[in-house]
Amino acid sequence: MSEQIVLEIKDVSKSFNDQIILDNINLKIKHGEFLTLLGPSGCGKTTLLRMISGFEEPSSGSIFIDGKDAKGLPPHERHVHTVFQSYALFPHMTVFDNVAFGLRCSNTPEKDVKPRVLEALRMVKLEHFGNRKPAQLSGGQQQRVAIARAVVNRPLVLLLDEPLSSLDYRLRKTMQMELRQLQRTLGITFIFVTHDQEEALSMSDRVVVMSDGSITQIGTPRQVYEEPSCLSVAKFIGEVNIFETTVSSINDDKITVDIEGMAHAYPNRHHFSIGDKALVLVRPEDVRIFDSKEVKETENMYRGIVEDFTYKGTTVDLLVRLDTGKVISTTEFFDEDDDSLVYTLGEKVWLHWVNGWEVVLPYEE
Amino acid sequence: MNNSKARIIDKLYLALIYLFFYLPISVLIFYSFNNSSYSLVWHGFTTNWYHNLFQDSNLWIAAAHSLLIGTLAATMATIIGTLAAVSLYRYRFMGKNFLNGMVFILIVTPDIVMGISLLLLFSIANMPLGFWSLLLAHITFCIPFVVVTVYSRISGMDKNIFEAAKDLGARESTIFRKITFPLLLPAIISGILLSFTLSFDDVMISYFVSGPGFEILPLKIYSMARLGVKPELNALCSVTFTLTLFLVILSQRFTRKSS
Amino acid sequence: MKSDNTFRNISVSLISIWLGIFALLAFLLVVLLSFMKNDSTTIFSWQFTLDNYAALFSSLYALVFAKSFYIAGACTFFCILLGYPFAYILARKVERWKEPLLLFLIIPFWTSSLIRSYAMVAILKTKGVLNNVLMHLGIIHHPLQLLFTNSAVMIALVYNLLPFMILPLYANLEKFDNRLIEAARDLGAGKIKTFTKIILPLSLPGIVAGSILVFLPAMTLFYIPDLLGGAKALLLGNLIENQFLLTNNWPLGSAISVTLTLIMGVMLIAHWLTSKNRERGDFL
Repeated sequence: MSEQIVLEIKDVSKSFNDQIILDNINLKIKHGEFLTLLGPSGCGKTTLLRMISGFEEPSSGSIFIDGKDAKGLPPHERHVHTVFQSYALFPHMTVFDNVAFGLRCSNTPEKDVKPRVLEALRMVKLEHFGNRKPAQLSGGQQQRVAIARAVVNRPLVLLLDEPLSSLDYRLRKTMQMELRQLQRTLGITFIFVTHDQEEALSMSDRVVVMSDGSITQIGTPRQVYEEPSCLSVAKFIGEVNIFETTVSSINDDKITVDIEGMAHAYPNRHHFSIGDKALVLVRPEDVRIFDSKEVKETENMYRGIVEDFTYKGTTVDLLVRLDTGKVISTTEFFDEDDDSLVYTLGEKVWLHWVNGWEVVLPYEE
Repeated sequence: MNNSKARIIDKLYLALIYLFFYLPISVLIFYSFNNSSYSLVWHGFTTNWYHNLFQDSNLWIAAAHSLLIGTLAATMATIIGTLAAVSLYRYRFMGKNFLNGMVFILIVTPDIVMGISLLLLFSIANMPLGFWSLLLAHITFCIPFVVVTVYSRISGMDKNIFEAAKDLGARESTIFRKITFPLLLPAIISGILLSFTLSFDDVMISYFVSGPGFEILPLKIYSMARLGVKPELNALCSVTFTLTLFLVILSQRFTRKSS
Repeated sequence: MKSDNTFRNISVSLISIWLGIFALLAFLLVVLLSFMKNDSTTIFSWQFTLDNYAALFSSLYALVFAKSFYIAGACTFFCILLGYPFAYILARKVERWKEPLLLFLIIPFWTSSLIRSYAMVAILKTKGVLNNVLMHLGIIHHPLQLLFTNSAVMIALVYNLLPFMILPLYANLEKFDNRLIEAARDLGAGKIKTFTKIILPLSLPGIVAGSILVFLPAMTLFYIPDLLGGAKALLLGNLIENQFLLTNNWPLGSAISVTLTLIMGVMLIAHWLTSKNRERGDFL
């Protein structure tokens, strides 16, 4: 991945019938990057993708592809191709003809078409399927044809609009890996749209989290997961325990807050003043749980009782009611040698989390 | 026991209604081979009435006129209707809902209203009634049926394939030639066959917009039928019915294939 | 963004211009004419009048309207009566041979209604098939006068239009979600209650759609009374035909046609109201 910017979205807004779909989007995408647009349906990510591909024009702002303003450029002159959610393979053409379609549209000599199509098909491991019709292929194979068709023109950027959403869970996992590998081999920038946070985290170099038509956070998967910029990002990306609190004192760039009857001190990253309300977020897997036999020292620990537990194969999820009445969800990973992960309902437990693994945010509704 | 009884009643009922549909026309065909002018009693098999038909040069001319109008009207209506269905599905344009509604309304509009509207239009435009008035009228009443037939096919297609084609650099004309047309072909053929059938059978609208100089088959049949039942007319109706029957079955083949 | 709009523009203009002239303009001329004074030599004279509409309330025309309504209404009723069970059985009870059965239902839909009406004449003639069969069976001893009666017109209308009732009903009942019936039965509704409370209300759009396709032609198929009926001006269709081709009163004929179109409008609104909260009712 280089630092060269292949696509720049600058102050782009879009509205339909007075309804704002996208509000002032700014984004720079690097060459060779695997970027994911992540957000719930209706957040505007597909509209953004369609503006990059040229199916829609922004109401204001500009999109630069490889340094050139793409305004008014039709889809096929943008060096950007799309893999559609439904694959959109031409049902009456063979796999070969599907892949060759773009080359033939640009009047590529027929003698060049064949090697290039075969190369694209080989890349997606379908070189022997050229004579089949799309209907004769499995969902995953159709998906790969759609990719081959889109990359045969050697675009600068490949746009993928929820391409895995119609596959079953296992195939999805396989395709996620294959797509990642393919992207590395091709060296083409991928912009991938999904509403599945797990998919976004596992595949991308960078994740763009969107909600209600604007970008709420841009960062590496680790950043958006561990340091969400706001409550909505935190909530969207994984489960989270939320504590509402108030800043009681500040000294040496540290704030002190009270969480369920216990004082915690955190770095003052958000420039709180005394009396400001704040939110402290803790991921379930960051919470450590001990039964009463395991702990000697219970200082700085919360006491609670197990309200519910769910066995999930690799993890055990617990709901623990603290003495204050607050219910906390926790996730513990199985350790083969540890048989302490057996709880009974109503059992008394102790919990805490490592200082520094929580996220402190200004208060919001 | 109770159940199987109900089933028999169901089947019996279907059979009765189908009998109601097909008995009169079967009787007609049956008597067109009866060797007697007036009697209902079977007097032996003959093809005389068909021979007589083929001798009648006026009938040949009317039939030729109907074939000509049918072919031209079906072709034109299918071209216009197909383009319209594709546009209604693919594009946003001003007056789209209005056009959609108009097509829908035209299908349920009583033929007589369309007949007199066109008669009035042609009279005011000072257009003589004959070949051209018939052709224009037939194209008009066939268009909505083509639109509906083609639209129901295209609306079952993935809208993204047009965008995919565009994305890969296909011009609109290429998209139509390489994607839309081949995919819609069964519906288009079905549309053309049904249009031809409609045109070939139409009485109500043609009745108002045809002129004395240009006779067509359905009107000829109508004027003969007003004079009562004749064995030659039985034969003529049998031929016409068989032809349209064949076309309808053929068109259904294509409709099935497309769904 | 779209560099080649030519294809779209040609397609849209072609259909718009065509229907604009031959459907919309032509009909607007009829509306216009219906407000003009009649002039037997020049079709009409440029004088605004409501006389043509007023004439519709005169006893002569009001009677035709009433008769036509009555006949079309009765025809629609019989079509529902005969067609509903048929569509129901075909859509929900038949498992084998469905394709050919459907085809046999579609054929009368598209083949010439004139020829089928003519075939009906052969059946209903005094010396026709029906009388012969009835006499052979000893049910009657003298041939009945069937042809040139209102019953003959009614039989021919039902014969012609029944497929137009059945097809929309079939399309509606075919899509019917079986689980709704199972749910109703599960909740303790009997067969009759399930039908009246679940199936019938949900098939209402189909009934209305079928009624539109039956009622309007039943008022206008002028050649059916012409071939089979007694009274010549039995249907609105005959009345309109007469004004245009016989008595040359085009404005009056136009007024009748506009009224007919208004009736259609009311029926379409009824259809829209019954189907708007559900899936769009299929017409064909």
